[in-house]
Amino acid sequence: MSEPRILFDNVSRFYGEVLGVNRVHLSIPPGITSLVGPNGSGKTTLMNLMMGLIRPSRGEISILGIPPDRPEELFRKAGYCTQFDAFPRGLTGYEFLYSFLLVHGMVESEADKLAVEALQRVSMMEAADRPVAAYSKGMRQRIKLAQAIAHRPTVLVLDEPLNGLDPMARAETIALFEQWGAEGKYVIVSSHILHEVDRISDQVILLSHGYVVAEGQIQGVRSEVKDQPMQILVRCNKPGMLASRLFEQDHVVEAKVAGDGKSLLVRTRDADSLYLLLNRIVMDNGLEVEAVAPADDDVNSVYQYLIGEVGTT
Amino acid sequence: MNWSQIAAMPWMLWRRQVAAILRLELKKSLFSKRAWWIYILTLGPVLLTGLHSLIPRGEHTLANDNTIYAGIFQVYYLRLGIFFGCVGIFSNLFRAEMLERTLHYYFMSPVRREVLAVSKYLAGLIAAVVFFAGSAALSYILICLHWGPVFQQYLFHGPGLAQLGWYTLTAALACVGYGAVFLLTGVLYRNPMIPAAVVFVWENLNPFLPSLLKKLSIIFYLKSLCPVEIPGDLPLLAVLTEPTPAWLAIPGLLIVSALVLAYAAAKARKLEVSYSE
Repeated sequence: MSEPRILFDNVSRFYGEVLGVNRVHLSIPPGITSLVGPNGSGKTTLMNLMMGLIRPSRGEISILGIPPDRPEELFRKAGYCTQFDAFPRGLTGYEFLYSFLLVHGMVESEADKLAVEALQRVSMMEAADRPVAAYSKGMRQRIKLAQAIAHRPTVLVLDEPLNGLDPMARAETIALFEQWGAEGKYVIVSSHILHEVDRISDQVILLSHGYVVAEGQIQGVRSEVKDQPMQILVRCNKPGMLASRLFEQDHVVEAKVAGDGKSLLVRTRDADSLYLLLNRIVMDNGLEVEAVAPADDDVNSVYQYLIGEVGTT
Repeated sequence: MNWSQIAAMPWMLWRRQVAAILRLELKKSLFSKRAWWIYILTLGPVLLTGLHSLIPRGEHTLANDNTIYAGIFQVYYLRLGIFFGCVGIFSNLFRAEMLERTLHYYFMSPVRREVLAVSKYLAGLIAAVVFFAGSAALSYILICLHWGPVFQQYLFHGPGLAQLGWYTLTAALACVGYGAVFLLTGVLYRNPMIPAAVVFVWENLNPFLPSLLKKLSIIFYLKSLCPVEIPGDLPLLAVLTEPTPAWLAIPGLLIVSALVLAYAAAKARKLEVSYSE
């Protein structure tokens, strides 16, 4: 039997005459999925639709078989860390988690145990008894994350979860995402910090102006971008000679020897042919190759090719 | 018993969820700085009647004080204090959380929206009844207190205790009825003050409405339950209608309130979190 997925079937959402997202078809498997796109591209709308905070104008959504308009079932399996930076008044960090775990219907001892566990996971135990209103931006971000994970959900939707975190907390949080992804949870993360997204994502969804422009594993998405030649970096002992051989090929658009004289950046329309040719040159000319690696199959490059803006790094 | 076991028993789950939401909401409704003007609405008549009890009796009688209280109850409590208190308490149960951008925490909990709406209503009702039924009862006692043993006799061996009971019950029923109406307006409208003004005009037009339309208001049934009539209460051009008997007015009000509450709960199920709009 196939694994359950998060499904969007022809989903559109309009705010009056303003487009939120349009004709979205998605099938999200377990692991870490990143939503990437510029401001206003529809990332938050997509997440709010997923978690039932707003409803689609058209189309159907299913989260592991549960429609988002049934919160009583959905939020037993899902947790959502929103971008809203507001909290109920007068509560400490612990009370905030504990009170809403009681709202789930838990008994006091279980709510206490899970609240403490969530606080520990986001390294907030020391500040647990301070009012949330007195927290810094980073601490508020972490307590929101704790609230999303406290009931041990299978689906985690995290809207810009790294915002406001210091580098240490950022690294810890990313490690948590990786751990959840490895455990087979569905972790949906939106972020504008592309190099971090690139590092942790199993798959990406690129959004622009309310449309999904690409979806899948980043290497797969990159190979689908046919109009942009692939960039391949070859570290070898004779980059000049290699460049002259490669220029004989029609599919090679550009070959540039790097400043250190030990590597060659090649742009080609046919990466497979390039790899075959490289093997032949190695055999025929005694070329010593240290490394061969694609130079632009990361989120940042794909983002630039498809969306046409420079991503934040 | 863990969460999974509780979740398999809906009534137990809902009971626990209602209790948890009540805990959070009562803090906001009863003990928050936001409720300062409700404290004034509540304490105003208590202070005035308290002052009255300090004034020498003079020429007037206990019956005079009784009639004065009937006026205070019908004009102040029913038409102003409880009405606007309920506007403030119940309209804000959802709307204030929209303004403060905190409603999504409830919406991101595995709670049926109907359970959430009913829990919030109950929290508002407890607060409103404590404030207004308590204030009405206290004012009744204070206004007659300076009659000393005569009042004691009236209270415990005359109609006093029954009157006190009816005033308290009527105030509580007013909270039940207006509470349901203003919970609904808070769910339906971005600015609940406009529908509140419409309801206010409708309720105050009640004496002039034809008999059938009179019955489509809350104040009509509440006035029927008041134990003491105000002499000369009927304004010019008022339409006379037989008051509804208590046995019909009380269940009628409760049923209408339940229907309004059910509609509000159904609407809450469709409510979206759209803070920025």
